[in-house]
Amino acid sequence: MNPILLGPLVVAGSASILALVIALVDQVVNNYGDVSIDINHGKRSYTVKGGSALLGTLASQGIFVPSACGGRGSCGACKVRVLSDVGPVLPTETPYLTPQELATNVRLSCQIKLKKNIAIELSDELFSVKKFKATVDSIKDLTYDIKETVFKLQDPKAIEFKSGQYVQIVVPPYGDIKESVQRAYSMSSRPSDDGHVELLVRLVPGGIATTYVHKLLKQGDTVELVGPFGEFRVHDTPATMVCVAGGSGMAPFKSMFFDMRERNTFPEKDIWYFFGARTTRDMFYLEELRELERQWPRFHFVPALSEPKPEENWTGDVGLITDVLDRYIKDKVGTTKGLEGYLCGSPGMINACISVMSKNGITESNIYYDKFA
Amino acid sequence: MIPLINPITLFFASIFTSNILLSNFLGTCSFISISKDWKSAFGLGMAVMVVMTITTAISWLVLTYVITPLGLEYLSFIVFIVVIAAVVQILEMVIDRTSPALYLSLGIFLPLITVNCAILGAILFMQIRSYGFVQSVAFGAGSGAGWWLAMMLLSAIRERTDKSPVPAGLKGAGITIITIGFMAMAFIGFSGMIAVQ
Repeated sequence: MNPILLGPLVVAGSASILALVIALVDQVVNNYGDVSIDINHGKRSYTVKGGSALLGTLASQGIFVPSACGGRGSCGACKVRVLSDVGPVLPTETPYLTPQELATNVRLSCQIKLKKNIAIELSDELFSVKKFKATVDSIKDLTYDIKETVFKLQDPKAIEFKSGQYVQIVVPPYGDIKESVQRAYSMSSRPSDDGHVELLVRLVPGGIATTYVHKLLKQGDTVELVGPFGEFRVHDTPATMVCVAGGSGMAPFKSMFFDMRERNTFPEKDIWYFFGARTTRDMFYLEELRELERQWPRFHFVPALSEPKPEENWTGDVGLITDVLDRYIKDKVGTTKGLEGYLCGSPGMINACISVMSKNGITESNIYYDKFA
Repeated sequence: MIPLINPITLFFASIFTSNILLSNFLGTCSFISISKDWKSAFGLGMAVMVVMTITTAISWLVLTYVITPLGLEYLSFIVFIVVIAAVVQILEMVIDRTSPALYLSLGIFLPLITVNCAILGAILFMQIRSYGFVQSVAFGAGSGAGWWLAMMLLSAIRERTDKSPVPAGLKGAGITIITIGFMAMAFIGFSGMIAVQ
């Protein structure tokens, strides 16, 4: 036989035989059959095909556990409490779990492979989480790097949520991004306008979702949204709300304030809203919020610039938002009804504000913030 | 000429007197990096032993019944690597199924067994020394066991050196390589007792 033919044939032949063996072993080893998922002590149960991650399997059954990274084990959001034995905690999970969570067997659902029957506990609110098909109604620039994006919900047509909650936008693969990812954004729309979802998206250089929204998304495009998620909401106490935001951290507060104004909820609460920006070009919704302040006596709006330029003629407060906050809590915000902190912004801003608030006597258990926004 | 070495002698010889790691210095990269942790070292050592035993057996069959009769010795490297890759792939699936914790602690070193020089080395020694089938399996298993043994010894030593006052510049890989040198010298003490050729 021709040696030029023989060589490739032998290599190809042996490789195919081995590939066949691998395929056969794969069939045997990775076949977990059907497994059952028991949720909240028998309240719900599903029989599903085993072998995939719990997160994705639950999603295929219409239960959307929050996940900002889409199951890559890099956000630590998809925590569930596992009641049955699913093996030891994996090294990919430990960085995201606190000692209490480890003790109560809280795990990352994206890292648990379904190999046998499993029992888990989920917050009842997750059952109301849905996946929405939505089209882009409008995109407009609020500042040079923040866009206000309004989605019209198509299927289902309405969303039920509380102000302060967030949705995840499903970013399809584009350009060099080969996998679909999900990113969380607080809704800035009011719950009463349940046919629309408005998100404020700040462009993060190199950010997958923010680049997608800023550079690719056009009016009329269809996207998927998953939600609502999150515990960030107005708490039903008479305490005065001290809200601090920066940049796109405006979103949940816009929703909260306009919702409270519209329905006159929590009538005892006074509201102080501190919004920090560097210069006027980072400032937005200024007129809308000042108008709200004029119409609504219990709402106080304190925009502050940290580096105003002389030509900007800025008449509002000047200084780092933490210093402004400190001054106002000491001098202007009445503390007789007690204070509650609400924060939304970068982790650095949140930490700095927590320390200012703690120094001014707001206990940490009364300071609320979302880690994602 | 086919050496008439007894397979059982060959098995023990390849563990002690001509340890593939400490006398041929094959497979040193994963030896140094995985020996940090005793449990992973045990797992990887076992994995290498299994892969080595199976691959020498399969490679011997392929060599004797396909490559040699067809005069395709120049292809033997490619075929051996394909065999190793397939066996590692299967082993990976089995470990993932049976022990996810070990799977994750081995991490990238599990698929990298494919390019572990000790495994290809064992197969090539088997080819060069013209072992028979039983001898090949004994040699593969012995070399694997020897690799595992060296791994266990080093990880045990490293548990001590990690807590010892090692000069700053030698911490980590430095002192490990010196340790391996001493281990190799100790193993050379066994050499010559049995001639493995």
